[in-house]
Amino acid sequence: MNIFDIVGPVMVGPSSSHTAGAVKIGRVARKLLGEEVSEAEILFYGSFLATGKGHGTDKAIVAGLMGYASDDRRIPESLTEARKRGMQISYGKLELADAHPNTVKLILKGVTGRTLEILASSVGGGRIAVNEIDGMPATFGAELPTLVIHNEDKPGLVAHVTALLQDYSINIATMQLYRSGRGDQAVMVIECDQSVAPPVTEAVKTLPGVNGVVYYEG
Amino acid sequence: MYKSMKDIKSAMERKNIPFWQAVCEEDCKETGISPEESFAKMAAMYKAMQDSDAEYDETLRSESGLVGTEGALLRRAREQGKLISGDFIGTVMEKALRIAESNACMKRIVAAPTAGSCGVVPAVLNSLKEARNLSDEEMTKALFVAAGVGGVIASRASLAGAEGGCQAEIGAASAMAAAAMVFLLGGDADMIDNAAAIAMKGLLGLVCDPVAGLVEVPCVKRNVLGAVNAVTSADMVMAGVTSRIPADEVFDAMRTVGRCMHEDLRETGKGGLAATPTGMKIASRFE
Repeated sequence: MNIFDIVGPVMVGPSSSHTAGAVKIGRVARKLLGEEVSEAEILFYGSFLATGKGHGTDKAIVAGLMGYASDDRRIPESLTEARKRGMQISYGKLELADAHPNTVKLILKGVTGRTLEILASSVGGGRIAVNEIDGMPATFGAELPTLVIHNEDKPGLVAHVTALLQDYSINIATMQLYRSGRGDQAVMVIECDQSVAPPVTEAVKTLPGVNGVVYYEG
Repeated sequence: MYKSMKDIKSAMERKNIPFWQAVCEEDCKETGISPEESFAKMAAMYKAMQDSDAEYDETLRSESGLVGTEGALLRRAREQGKLISGDFIGTVMEKALRIAESNACMKRIVAAPTAGSCGVVPAVLNSLKEARNLSDEEMTKALFVAAGVGGVIASRASLAGAEGGCQAEIGAASAMAAAAMVFLLGGDADMIDNAAAIAMKGLLGLVCDPVAGLVEVPCVKRNVLGAVNAVTSADMVMAGVTSRIPADEVFDAMRTVGRCMHEDLRETGKGGLAATPTGMKIASRFE
C-alpha cells in the first residue's frame, strides 16, 4: 500500500472491490488469453453473486475482457459494446466450498480458438488475486510481471528457469510451486521486478518438461 | 507510510519541512519515484477530483434507482438562498452529494480513501478552493496532507467498512478532509492533528449497513455528513479549540470500536438500516 492507494485510485464507481477490482480481473484474463475474447462464461460466487448486479460487476468484468482500464468512462456501456463486437457472454452461479466472497470464474475462448479458465478474487481496494489458471493453483496479484509455467514435476526444472531469468538480469520478486502429485503436473508462478521479454518466454517454452507458459506483463 | 501522526511531526522537525512534504518524501523513499513524479501524480488526482464534481449528471439514477438527481435539489435550494446552513456549507453539501451520487451511477471518481466515501475530500477541498481562490498547487499539497492522515489511519486501524464499519470509510475521509482544510487555512502540525482527531471522534462508532449491500443507502448521504463534519472540525480548530485525545489514540480507539462491532454491521448488508422492513423490502427486489 502507498499514499496513492489512500488518495486514489481514479476509478469508475461504485465499488473498488465489486467494480474496479472486477474490471482488473477481466483485464488480466484478457491479457493471459493473449487475444480478443470471442466467448465468455462468467460464473459468480458469494457477494459478487448477491450484489454484483447493483454494483455493475457484470459490466466491469466484460469491460475488462475488452481491455478497458478501471477508470475507463466507457465501462457503464460495456455490455452494448461487447454485443456490437459479437462477443458471446453467458452468466452463471459458481459452486465452491470455500472461497473469498468476491470470487469469479471466467471460461474464455479467443478469436483463434485459444481457451483459458481463470478463478480470481477481488480482495479489496481494487486489488485482486488470481487463484487458479486452467484448473491448476496459481496465486498472484497481477501487480508485477508474472510468469505462469506449466511443467512436469521433475528435478532441475526450477534451476533451468531461474538460470534463464538470471541470464537476462531479471530479478525474481516471489516464486511459488504447486503440483497435482509427485512426478505429475506442476505449476511455477514467478513474479518479477522487470518485464520478461518475448525471447525469454520463448526460451522457457523450449525447456524440456515445460508444457506451457502464460505471461502477464502488468 | 507513517504509522503515527507523531512520526510525521518528528520527520517535519528533523528535516525542517512542511507536513505535506514529509508525507511526499516518505512515499518516494518507499516507492522509488522522484518527488516531482509524486507531486505530478497527486496533482492528477486533484484534477480527477475536480472532474468528478464537474461531470455530475443531474438526470442520472443508479442501476437500482435508489439514488441520483438529488444533487440538483440541493443546487436549486442553494441558488435560491433557501438553505439555512448558508452558502459555504451549502456548497460543501451539494458537492458531496453530487460526487457520491456520481459514484453510484458508475461515473469516474477518486477513491479517497474508498469509492463509497469519495465525495468527502473533494467536496471540502473544492468548496474551499472556490471560496478562497486557492491555487492547484496548494490543493495538491493539501491532498498529500489528507493522504498522510489516511495512511496513519490505515496502519493503526483500517479503511475498509468490512473491517471497521463506516467510521473506517466516512470517518477516515472526514478526518483526512479536516486535516487538509486546516493545512490550507494555515494551521500547523498540531492543529492538523487536532482537526483529524475531532473529525474522527465525532463519527466513532458509525456502522456500515448498506441496504441491499449496495454503495447507495445510506452511503451517498453519509458523504454529506462526513464533509460537513470536516468543515466544523476544521473551523473549531482554527478558532483555537483543541482535542483532549490526540489523533493517534483516536485512530486506535476506532480500531477497537471496529473490532467490537457485530459482523452484521460491517458491510454485510444484514444489520442496521439494511435490516429495517423497508431496507429488506428493497433488498428482496434484487433476489
